[in-house]
Amino acid sequence: MAEKTKVESRLLNSQKQQSVEDYFNQWRERIMAGDLGILPTILGLVVITIIFQSQNSNFLSPINFVNLMVQMAGLTVLAYGAVFVLLIGEIDLSVGYVSAVAAGAMVILSVPEPAGLGLPWYIALAGGLTVGLLIGIAHGLIITTFQLPAFVVTLAGFLFWNGVLLIILGNGGTIRLQDDFLRSFTRTFLPDIWGYIVALLFIGGYTVVQFYNRNIRTKRGLGVTPLAVVGLQIGILSLLSFGAVFYANQNRGIPAIAVFVVFLLVVLTYVVDSTRYGRYLMAVGGNKEAARRAGIPVELIRTSVFAISGLMAAIGGMILSIRLGSVSTSFEAGNLLLNAIAAAVIGGTSLFGGRGTIYSALIGALIISAVDSGLGLLSLSSGVKFVVTGLVLLSAVVIDSFSRRRQQQSGIA
Amino acid sequence: MSDTSKTPLLELKGVSKRFGSVQALYDVDFRSFAGEVMALVGDNGAGKSTLIKGIAGIHTFNDGQIIFDSSVVTINNPRDSAKLGIEVVYQDLALADNLDVVANMFLGREDTIAGFHLNKAEMERATIDTLDSLAVSTLQSVRQKVSGLSGGQRQAIAVAKAVMWNSKLVILDEPTAALGVAQTRQVLDLVRRLADQGLAVILISHNLHDVFEAADRVTILRLGQNVAEYMVADTNQEEVVQAITAGTLQRVPGMQEG
Repeated sequence: MAEKTKVESRLLNSQKQQSVEDYFNQWRERIMAGDLGILPTILGLVVITIIFQSQNSNFLSPINFVNLMVQMAGLTVLAYGAVFVLLIGEIDLSVGYVSAVAAGAMVILSVPEPAGLGLPWYIALAGGLTVGLLIGIAHGLIITTFQLPAFVVTLAGFLFWNGVLLIILGNGGTIRLQDDFLRSFTRTFLPDIWGYIVALLFIGGYTVVQFYNRNIRTKRGLGVTPLAVVGLQIGILSLLSFGAVFYANQNRGIPAIAVFVVFLLVVLTYVVDSTRYGRYLMAVGGNKEAARRAGIPVELIRTSVFAISGLMAAIGGMILSIRLGSVSTSFEAGNLLLNAIAAAVIGGTSLFGGRGTIYSALIGALIISAVDSGLGLLSLSSGVKFVVTGLVLLSAVVIDSFSRRRQQQSGIA
Repeated sequence: MSDTSKTPLLELKGVSKRFGSVQALYDVDFRSFAGEVMALVGDNGAGKSTLIKGIAGIHTFNDGQIIFDSSVVTINNPRDSAKLGIEVVYQDLALADNLDVVANMFLGREDTIAGFHLNKAEMERATIDTLDSLAVSTLQSVRQKVSGLSGGQRQAIAVAKAVMWNSKLVILDEPTAALGVAQTRQVLDLVRRLADQGLAVILISHNLHDVFEAADRVTILRLGQNVAEYMVADTNQEEVVQAITAGTLQRVPGMQEG
């Protein structure tokens, strides 16, 4: 092409002249333009913490902190699944009872005869996962084959799997989990030193990835984030990680299940941000027609998110039932479903597709679980709990809506 | 229609398309030559979009033959047409607003390591190089989300996306429809430049001014049938308008039973 003689690339140059000051100026401009990112959510978390701590000084105690990490684990994993579904602009209302059915399958496989099948723990786990995955695939196939709204199909699933749960457990039935190894999943805490080692590995991994990417970009002649900013990010992350480990170590230490939840966060964030599949999810959520024309297998992608949602529901449900030590017909599946979707939305994932992050689910679940825990400490009724959670959700979407309108006005979204 | 010596890059022979009881295309012949801009004109509902969607693999023709590069081909989906080197820039541009410029340029054809890991730096560099080579000069950053771009910028991204893939045939659907005077000028220059680089270009347009400015040939569709093909140099706007509104049909719709 004739114009290739042009030596100076303005697009390249605009990247290269990045100083720390530029970086922060751009950041401030983005915030002024309404792109608040995760800021309001963090602020909300701080406000909630201050309110509860001032009412009951046990709220921030190490024991409550450790409990919170175990309590929120199941919900967080369900919310991860919800993010995938929301990213393509769909919704999965079935996850509450899918998680209960998967947990029921695990318990029945594990419990000795005659109540169950008495199979080893790993078969019970694999069985639960398979049930969740297959149910999710079934939902996805029904939705895409018959071109039905996900809302209706998964609402039918909500009722159907509620029925299945009642049938397999019997009315008013409860099956207690007896396998000690399975039960240890939510009862294991890392020894103090291992807590620090895990934190170190986490931060080390983050640092390596950051510098690996910098290196690649530099090789291609592209601009990079100023070193000082990367250092600051790593510093903040270290402070949070080591702080959390130190605080948890004042009590029983970091729960093993919390490490699993963070591990899942890293894996799923990688999938969404840096894989072809993740890019397809975003494209389908942003503009289905554009995705279809680009040759992206839209229906396959749509089916896959319901499969992931089912799988995450199974994992979440199994974590919850392991913590409770049983599966019963009083499994609060309705609340679980609403909290999972609320967690994703509170964290900043859009209900309309194409916008969202996996960590939004973690932060949203943290807020919901913190409210739950705080109100529990104040021994307030569950009525108050729902009112507060509802208000938190409402303010999250209001703030999101304002910030988006602001962004549209300033032409960045 | 004089040069029988030249072989078209793309030739459609007797293609038809039905949507239920509606006959959108009826026995249409169409061709496009490398290094030339072929304008495709016609009134609303003449079948222009149906024709290009068939070439692009969005839907398949019911009857007829597609000959590309002197061999008969079948195009069943967008991947088939992309594999042949056919790129379409749609009127609605088909960009994902929530993704940045780089992601849109590579949509569906991401550069990956081991088949799944996105090679982001490589894609960003290739995007910058392509945009530079097309002298797209108004963009701030390739990592800007498309939702924040102007109409002209979006059009430029869509065209750049189409030519980045060593394509042989680029189809532009009403590329100037939503643009101001200066931006129209730039896009028509770009269209001309694509043909001068040896690409076959199909330009769909309502605007005869655009056609006479940028095209070498013009094909006129009317009610799903091909009523004429002219060399632009040998015709005038009056003749083209005449063909659009009153071109001779082989078959009058609604009377095929008799």
